[in-house]
Amino acid sequence: MHSGAIIALTQRELIRFLRQRTRIIGAVGQPVIFWLLFGAGLRTSFRPPSWAAGLAHEVTYQEYFLPGVATLIVLFTAIFSTISIIEDRREGFLQGVLVAPVSRLAIVLSKISAGTILAILQAGLFLLIGPMLSWIGAGADIHVSWSLSRMLMAAVFLILIAAELTALGFVIAWPMNSTQGFHAIMSIFLMPMWLVSGAFFPGGDSGWLFWLIRINPLTYGVAGLRRLLYEQPLPVTPELPSMLTCLSVTVFATIVLIVVSAKMVSRASVNNAA
Amino acid sequence: MPATVINAESLSYSYGERAALRELSFSIAEGCLFGLLGPNGSGKTTLFRLLSTLIPVQKGRLDICGHDVSTNQDEVRKQLGVTFQSPAVDVRLTVRENLSCHGRIYGLHGSLLRERLALMLERFGLADRASTLVGQLSGGLKRRVELAKGLMHSPRVLLLDEPTSGLDPRARQDFWDLVLNHIRGSGTTVVVATHLMSEAELCDQLLLLDQGQKVAEGSPVELQSRLAGERLTLRMRDAAAVQTAVEKAVNSAVMVSGNQLSVRVNDPATQITILLNEFRNEILGLELTRPSLDDVFLELTGRSLLVSGDAHA
Repeated sequence: MHSGAIIALTQRELIRFLRQRTRIIGAVGQPVIFWLLFGAGLRTSFRPPSWAAGLAHEVTYQEYFLPGVATLIVLFTAIFSTISIIEDRREGFLQGVLVAPVSRLAIVLSKISAGTILAILQAGLFLLIGPMLSWIGAGADIHVSWSLSRMLMAAVFLILIAAELTALGFVIAWPMNSTQGFHAIMSIFLMPMWLVSGAFFPGGDSGWLFWLIRINPLTYGVAGLRRLLYEQPLPVTPELPSMLTCLSVTVFATIVLIVVSAKMVSRASVNNAA
Repeated sequence: MPATVINAESLSYSYGERAALRELSFSIAEGCLFGLLGPNGSGKTTLFRLLSTLIPVQKGRLDICGHDVSTNQDEVRKQLGVTFQSPAVDVRLTVRENLSCHGRIYGLHGSLLRERLALMLERFGLADRASTLVGQLSGGLKRRVELAKGLMHSPRVLLLDEPTSGLDPRARQDFWDLVLNHIRGSGTTVVVATHLMSEAELCDQLLLLDQGQKVAEGSPVELQSRLAGERLTLRMRDAAAVQTAVEKAVNSAVMVSGNQLSVRVNDPATQITILLNEFRNEILGLELTRPSLDDVFLELTGRSLLVSGDAHA
């Protein structure tokens, strides 16, 4: 019965986003620049990981980095859209929603659905256009699958990653009262989390870095997306978990984060009134 | 006898160690314009937060529209329209988008939503601004959107927290004209938290709060009639110089502020004559007024309502 409220609040977020064009540039611009610069800079020194051995072509760094950049776009979009919680609280809009007869879960879900829609639109667009850049000579050759079924599966998985990261953003943003605090968390927690997810570099198969990557839930998001970009199934290696593992970890993390968010919102506190 | 819409029994609330409300009991009748009057720190903001379900009841009991706020929050929320002191409209949305979003949050949809939207836009004089971003509106118009938003879903109880703070006197008047027009005959109960005398005097009933406790309750006239006599204000050439002499002449305590003397008089005709006879050349002007609500508050608590600024604790 709260679907009307969820749709109304989601729509509000989307309208706000479209009226702040700079946010689009912020969320997509930096990852794409990273992709082009690191892709060119690390081209010669990059050694493809073991799972790429069976592929018919050689995996360039730009190709390796592709799902990582898509994930970074999702991360940035998710963060930007949950920072709005802090603004909503400060501007007073949130109070108006909190005293309305809507379930607290509906409040969480509306934020997450808005963040997810924005994230998959931007990351999806990147995954479509990015590989085409090589056709005009702006990047190395990228051999990803162009089949519709693969793209649809990748899109669905992207929705999952987006929901997971937006829910994570929600959990971080809810108790905060300043956007500066969020920026600090962004640089000491969220960016490093992305760096050690196999998005930026392969982790090898032993050592502390390898274990750090293994316990990072985002690793399974990046790996799952990576698998869905290729037509043929990639082998399961210590660096590249199976699709089932990727899916289970991502779904589980998403549900946990949504439940935690809803719990936080339900706890009526003085913070809400601030 | 109209039905009771809000009933509070021994409400207490504390932020950690600091008690904000102590054992507060009161009730509000349906259709009443009810004022919560008190200086900053009196607990009226806390009480407002409790009424609006923003913070949970810690001790005591609060019923709104027959539902216990602690156990039946959703039912209570459906009956409430809330206008906070800080604006709750989205400045990046148009007037129409704001009202529509709010209506849908409260479960309105389809033709009912469109009807209410059109009615609110028209009634609050916003029809020609419907497509304007709220951020581009003047302070007075923003408040109107806020009010229209609070009434969008036809609540039984409208809660207003310092609704006209930051508005100029004219916009303030406009705002209250709209509120009074709307509630006339509609049966809507309005609860307004304020520290403004002019707003308090509009109310049917007032609850005077100080340091989290009830100091008095009643209609403005009842409260004012608690104080015997009237207030005589004299504008003098040199107020401080004649203070003691005036006190002796009227046999009552005199307060000085600037070049004004202020004194409570029980027999104004006689006392004014005495003063005119003795200080004719010193007096620049004089005014006789009935005791204000501030006088009542001052009498009951020893504190003035007027010294408080607009800032909020």
